[in-house]
Amino acid sequence: MAYTYYPGCSQEVSTKAYNLSTWAVAGALGLELVELDDWNCCGTSPSYSLRSLSTFALNARNLGLAERHSPGCDLVTICNGCFGIMDKTNRRLAEDAELRERVGEALAVIDLEYRGSVRVRHLLEVLVNDLGQETIQEKVTHPLEGLQVAPYLGCAFSRPSGIDDAEFPTALGDLLSWIGADVVDYPLRASCCGGILMMSDKKEVALKLVHNLLADAVRRGASCLATACPLCHLNVEAYQGQVNARFGTDFSLPVLFFTQLLGVSLGLGREELGLGTELVSAAALLAPHMT
Amino acid sequence: MATEVADSVVRESDLGFGEEAIRHRKELLECIQCGTCSASCPTAYAMDYTPRKIIAALRADQLERVLRSNTPWLCASCYYCTVRCPAGIQFTDFMYLLKRMAVERGLHPPGSPALYQAFVNTVDRYGRSAETELMIRYFLSTLNPLGLIKLAPFGLKMLLRGRFPLLPRRIKGRRNLARMLEYIEEKGEA
Ligand code: SF4
Ligand code: SF4
Repeated sequence: MAYTYYPGCSQEVSTKAYNLSTWAVAGALGLELVELDDWNCCGTSPSYSLRSLSTFALNARNLGLAERHSPGCDLVTICNGCFGIMDKTNRRLAEDAELRERVGEALAVIDLEYRGSVRVRHLLEVLVNDLGQETIQEKVTHPLEGLQVAPYLGCAFSRPSGIDDAEFPTALGDLLSWIGADVVDYPLRASCCGGILMMSDKKEVALKLVHNLLADAVRRGASCLATACPLCHLNVEAYQGQVNARFGTDFSLPVLFFTQLLGVSLGLGREELGLGTELVSAAALLAPHMT
Repeated sequence: MATEVADSVVRESDLGFGEEAIRHRKELLECIQCGTCSASCPTAYAMDYTPRKIIAALRADQLERVLRSNTPWLCASCYYCTVRCPAGIQFTDFMYLLKRMAVERGLHPPGSPALYQAFVNTVDRYGRSAETELMIRYFLSTLNPLGLIKLAPFGLKMLLRGRFPLLPRRIKGRRNLARMLEYIEEKGEA
């Protein structure tokens, strides 16, 4: 079964390790991904904060292209933000006939239509539900024994989508335990990283949220964080220095995309998993698990 | 009483998003003022008015005060309020609406939408978001080039690891995309 793949903008450069490791892991697990041709940015929360119809139209363009090029295939994204707004677009279009008509008119300007048939998925949920434990475990050659991982999922994976528990989602912890990691009990796993506020004039608030996330992970014995969203990842990884400067802490906690950890357990190499691009190096941590 | 106030808010909101505002009458009418949203909100401590107070203020016909407050711009879109509300109110969507109303009426606190506008401009032009251009536009729009200089060590670290984009990516269909967005602008967002 093939899936249409929507990488999202931040994967192109700032967190390209996520995109790289997604392709590597999909290849190793036999998950067929076809990248959506000429996809556009989903606009995510900044766009929806300023305009409603344009945001739904931006997303309907992607959904319409997916429906045209790969009818019947689910659209898979690796970003919580892209997932959230595309899922919202689908829901709003399904429930609101007038919105459907107005979005339809906008799409008609570019000779496109969207009939609402594309299901939007998050890669993590696809791996856990469509492939499942057995298929994944069969391919594990380097179980991550002894690696203390805190699974950090953030908000939009399960809120408001409902694809997992809204408060205590289990998908990431489950997957990590299947590949042999010691999953740290991490109650803040679906708490907020501050999202886009980190780049705005409300940065203080976001730094405090990230501080809490890091402090709790360290207190609970995590030697790294696993993430499933490029924005969460950027906030909890790249801003550690600024958190330290602000709160007088000395966090230096490696943060890895769940696809990178999965890739390591499947015996994949550093380069194809984008390892070495992290700001807090994970080389020493992962060395015992890599051949 | 509550219905009348809600109706007046809805009438007042007829500045291009009247119909969308009607969808949100539920927030005003069915809220039981339990405060679960405020207690769940990770940024409420920094807000002029907490989520529960926003609804109370709107019932008391204080729309302008609400739109002038920093509250909508502190919403991180975490959806805790939405999934926990015992009355089923989608408060996160309501925050988005308030941001749009504040911008439309020019009542937002100075500077708050700047980052969002910079982001949207890049997306509309290229079809993709490009971080370098985004940050430059953002700091220029807030007239704070110092912020850009402060960011330099961070950007440099990202650049050294091949993680900072130097050129914006563009999609092939960007002219088409622009036509679609222009059409929406002509017709109106609502
Ligand atoms: S949680 Fe719901 S009912 Fe309670 S105050 Fe907030 S919006 Fe009102
Ligand atoms: S969605 Fe916004 S208002 Fe609601 S709890 Fe999260 S930050 Fe607060």
